Amino acid sequence: MSGILVLTEQRGGAWNRMSFEALAAGQQLAARLNMECSAAVMGSDVSALSNELAGKKLAKVFAVQHTLLKDYTSDGFITALEQLIRHVDPAYVILPHTYQVRDFAPALATRFKQVLISDVIAIHDGPVFVRQLFQGKLNADYKQTASAPCFVSIQAGVFRAEAVEAGATTVEVFTPQLEASQIRSKPGEPFREAAQTVDLSAAQVIVSVGRGIGEQENIAIVQELASALGAELAASRPICDNGWLPMERQVGSSGQTVAPRLYLAVGISGAIQHLVGMKGSKAVIAINKDENAPIFEVADYGVAGDLFEIVPALTKAVVAAKQ
Amino acid sequence: MKILVAIKQVPERDAQISIAGDGRWIDESDLNYTINEPDAYALEEALQLKDKNGGEVVVLCAGPERVTSTLREALAKGADRAIHIEADDLGHRDTLGLAQVLAEAIKDESPDLILTGLQSDDLGLGQTGVVLAEILGMPHATIIMQVEVTGAGLKVKRELEDGWFQHVEMPLPALLTIQSGGNKLRYATLMGIKKAKTKEMKTVQAAAPAAGQTITLERVYLPEKQKKTEMLTGTPAEIAAKLVEKLKFEVRVI
Repeated sequence: MSGILVLTEQRGGAWNRMSFEALAAGQQLAARLNMECSAAVMGSDVSALSNELAGKKLAKVFAVQHTLLKDYTSDGFITALEQLIRHVDPAYVILPHTYQVRDFAPALATRFKQVLISDVIAIHDGPVFVRQLFQGKLNADYKQTASAPCFVSIQAGVFRAEAVEAGATTVEVFTPQLEASQIRSKPGEPFREAAQTVDLSAAQVIVSVGRGIGEQENIAIVQELASALGAELAASRPICDNGWLPMERQVGSSGQTVAPRLYLAVGISGAIQHLVGMKGSKAVIAINKDENAPIFEVADYGVAGDLFEIVPALTKAVVAAKQ
Repeated sequence: MKILVAIKQVPERDAQISIAGDGRWIDESDLNYTINEPDAYALEEALQLKDKNGGEVVVLCAGPERVTSTLREALAKGADRAIHIEADDLGHRDTLGLAQVLAEAIKDESPDLILTGLQSDDLGLGQTGVVLAEILGMPHATIIMQVEVTGAGLKVKRELEDGWFQHVEMPLPALLTIQSGGNKLRYATLMGIKKAKTKEMKTVQAAAPAAGQTITLERVYLPEKQKKTEMLTGTPAEIAAKLVEKLKFEVRVI
């Protein structure tokens, strides 16, 4: 039982961008522990993707192929990956913390009497795996105490995909034993609710509003600030769930990922799911009544105060400065 | 249809969290507790399914005596029965250990559907539901926005990333983890609160852990700042003037 196995993710032949972040995490953990790192890709025909992985610094690439793995199902993936892991017998299984991984990895770990250490933001010597508690207000160090394999999923944006080291290795095709009768759920085609007409990812300046705004009519004061700055208006999830702003203006893991020159967060506490969507911003200003809000962890400039006093004053000052 | 809702009680979202003396958990004194927000949406989904299709909603919560207040609130909102799994040592049980406790407590219930929130506001591991489904041998689906009962079972709307969704059909019994925000949460009515006092709340003892923990929480601490945050203070007008300076000369967007 040794080595690291990274489980990548693809859909319809296209990579999930977090696959390479997990691969970087796997390679770095392998170097730290002086182990070999391998990777796997699952689907009905993944020859092109597995050949691409063979160009990375890996001990081996596993092409896990079966017609029943064409579309993701938890039953299909758990059954196939249990067989792969028993075959490879790794000490660590590293996954990207995607929605799909959240759907199957806890049950996969259960098959090995293990608990997934999920949404990890750092790996230290030990190895110690760091994850966030209380929506990012605290960090926690976790250790695996049971015998291997240790299952770990990596938060988006923690490791850099560009850090994946190149190399040359071989591809092993792994065909799991899988029957149609083992797959109890029937997945439909992915769809979007409405055409996306707002491309927040191209915006240079974004003013974003969160729960702290309290009422729908109060959004007007944030809209005025956005207009004064020539900014796109965006929001955290609760605002869009309430229907106060359209879903297409939502920033975060279930919405858009943005990287503007300025992200001005108003009344946003900074839950993990929001931060992963905006932490690539070049500058962040946060206005929030709670000085301990996690948004201040990623802010360059912070104001702990009443947004209903500060936002109108700021709008006035911006308008005056532009004249 | 019998629907079981697994609930967690957590500190209120705006609670001032401080670290306990031993550095391994938070200081739990003087904290106000409430229902984990995604679990409130799971309860709401269960109550709406009951409104539409009839049946029974049973709420389940593991924890010390204090969690009965959260169960009582769920009864006031319309749940029919509650099961309190009395356990003072949840901090020493990992997700697998907790899911085994839940599975044991409901083995005589045979629910058609189990709902729970997609993750907890405190630990945020996002796994209890999926692990429980695996132990019970039920199909599951996670991050669910809508649930529709069909002739053969369920049709659910599952959230994917970046604004994508997918429908999944599955047979019953099944377990779903529910995303926040899909429904509007109901409030308990005065009549509901009154009726809740007469509803059944069964207390069962959590079985002793079958095995040690597979993962352990070694230490909690304040996050290291990813950036050096300059906090601006003063009157609103002074803060606005300072921000405009930054916008002009540092961020250079005006």
